[in-house]
Amino acid sequence: MTEICSAGQLKYINRIKRNKRIVFIARIMVFVLLIGSWELGAQLGFLNSFIFSSPSRIVRCFIDMSKSGLIWRHMWVTIYETLICFAIVICAGMLFAVLRWRFRMVFRIAEPYIVLLNSLPKSALAPVLIVWLGNNIKSIIVAAVSVAVFGAILSIYTAFIETDPEKIKLIRTLGGDRRHVLFKLVIPSSIPTIVNTMKVNLGLSLVGVIIGEFLAAKEGLGYLIIYGSQVFKMDWVLLSIVILCILSAVLYKLINILEKKVGR
Amino acid sequence: MSDALTLKNVSYSYHTMQGETYALYDISLNVPKGSFISIVGPSGCGKSTLLSIIAGIISPDTGSILINGKSVKESGSSIGYMLQHDHLFEWRSIYGNVLLGLEIQRKKDENGKQRAEKLLDQYGLGDFKASKPSQLSGGMRQRAALIRTLALDPEILLLDEPFSALDYQTRLTVCDDIFSIIKKEHKTAILVTHDLSEAISVGDTVYVLTKRPGKIAASIPVEFPDKNMTPLMRRNSPQFKDYFNILWKELNKND
Repeated sequence: MTEICSAGQLKYINRIKRNKRIVFIARIMVFVLLIGSWELGAQLGFLNSFIFSSPSRIVRCFIDMSKSGLIWRHMWVTIYETLICFAIVICAGMLFAVLRWRFRMVFRIAEPYIVLLNSLPKSALAPVLIVWLGNNIKSIIVAAVSVAVFGAILSIYTAFIETDPEKIKLIRTLGGDRRHVLFKLVIPSSIPTIVNTMKVNLGLSLVGVIIGEFLAAKEGLGYLIIYGSQVFKMDWVLLSIVILCILSAVLYKLINILEKKVGR
Repeated sequence: MSDALTLKNVSYSYHTMQGETYALYDISLNVPKGSFISIVGPSGCGKSTLLSIIAGIISPDTGSILINGKSVKESGSSIGYMLQHDHLFEWRSIYGNVLLGLEIQRKKDENGKQRAEKLLDQYGLGDFKASKPSQLSGGMRQRAALIRTLALDPEILLLDEPFSALDYQTRLTVCDDIFSIIKKEHKTAILVTHDLSEAISVGDTVYVLTKRPGKIAASIPVEFPDKNMTPLMRRNSPQFKDYFNILWKELNKND
């Protein structure tokens, strides 16, 4: 960076900076406006706060429930299930992508079945899983994994087979075999795709876990949402949704940090 | 002088569902130790296929390949292959890239590392060991690719149009550069190219391949007054033009 700038350069930099500021301020204003009009609408009676709740009621509800520790338990259960599901999806995704890459013939045979399973709406499986595995965390995890895992296998495998054939030839010219091609070339060159897949799958795992909790759970945010709507405790429902928003934002941020670390 | 490499009646064809393509037909040639051979031919004449066969990546349909008079398996892998692009891995440093071959062949011991470092220092990349490939110029990258090959201490070097991805000016200097490194390391080399001038500027013998299926149409010994001339000096000498014309005729005869 040079210390001395021409007037034109200075003007340019100032304009960029000003635009950035405007975007930032506008974002905050949108947030304040939305929350403000929601609260105001509820206070003035335009919105029925029994049905629509209100920001202040959600905050109060949060304070009450965090005192009793109830909300923390539901939150923890959902996070815990999501992370387990995410770990399984990534490990299984990698493993199956590697196997698929290594044993192409076997997977050519299996291909139509994988495609079928991938396009099947996984929530249709959930009742079956409950019957088979019981009304417990196992069903939730399996349901959530089934939502995300096929897409993960597909995208990681696609990255694998898109490896530059000339680079594979390079490994061969250096005397390498398939194993070297896999570990020295295919996996390292697919890292950006793998991280991207992780990004998508963290979100999908959360989706899957919530669906699972809708159907088979005694705790967790998904359970809280369903239970709350059944007993008309809309504060619970909306509080859970707000927490889910924050949760997915935090998880996304974590993956971003990981991505920066991996991407040198 | 003994031969580093002998090809006897090598033929090869590709198979697809659309049919069979004859790539090479009855190729026989001898490459004396320490010599530099160029092979020219139109694109698609099976030049790269020939190198892949010599390197043992694919095996010929018929014919045999002898290295130092022994079959490829017996003589052990002592062939280095330099591809058209450097293919340096962006996720490794230059030093890490140079060590790739040693890692694969489980030779990444102190000896191997020292040789790699010495080569990097010797050929002007000592300060770039920790750099990423993208921080280097095209010429330096190609030099790094050559060092990656040389780190395995091969006896024979195969060069598959290694300069064709570079712009013209860089190409001439890098060609000089690589040529002098190969000579200094006393390697036997085979260069494959479609560039006539390049073939003449480095080769002791130039082989002309015909269009598909690739056959040897002519082998032309190239002699310049001074053995130690660099490719660029050869390009400027009066004999260069004569060889060019001879080869030009040979190539066009086969059209």
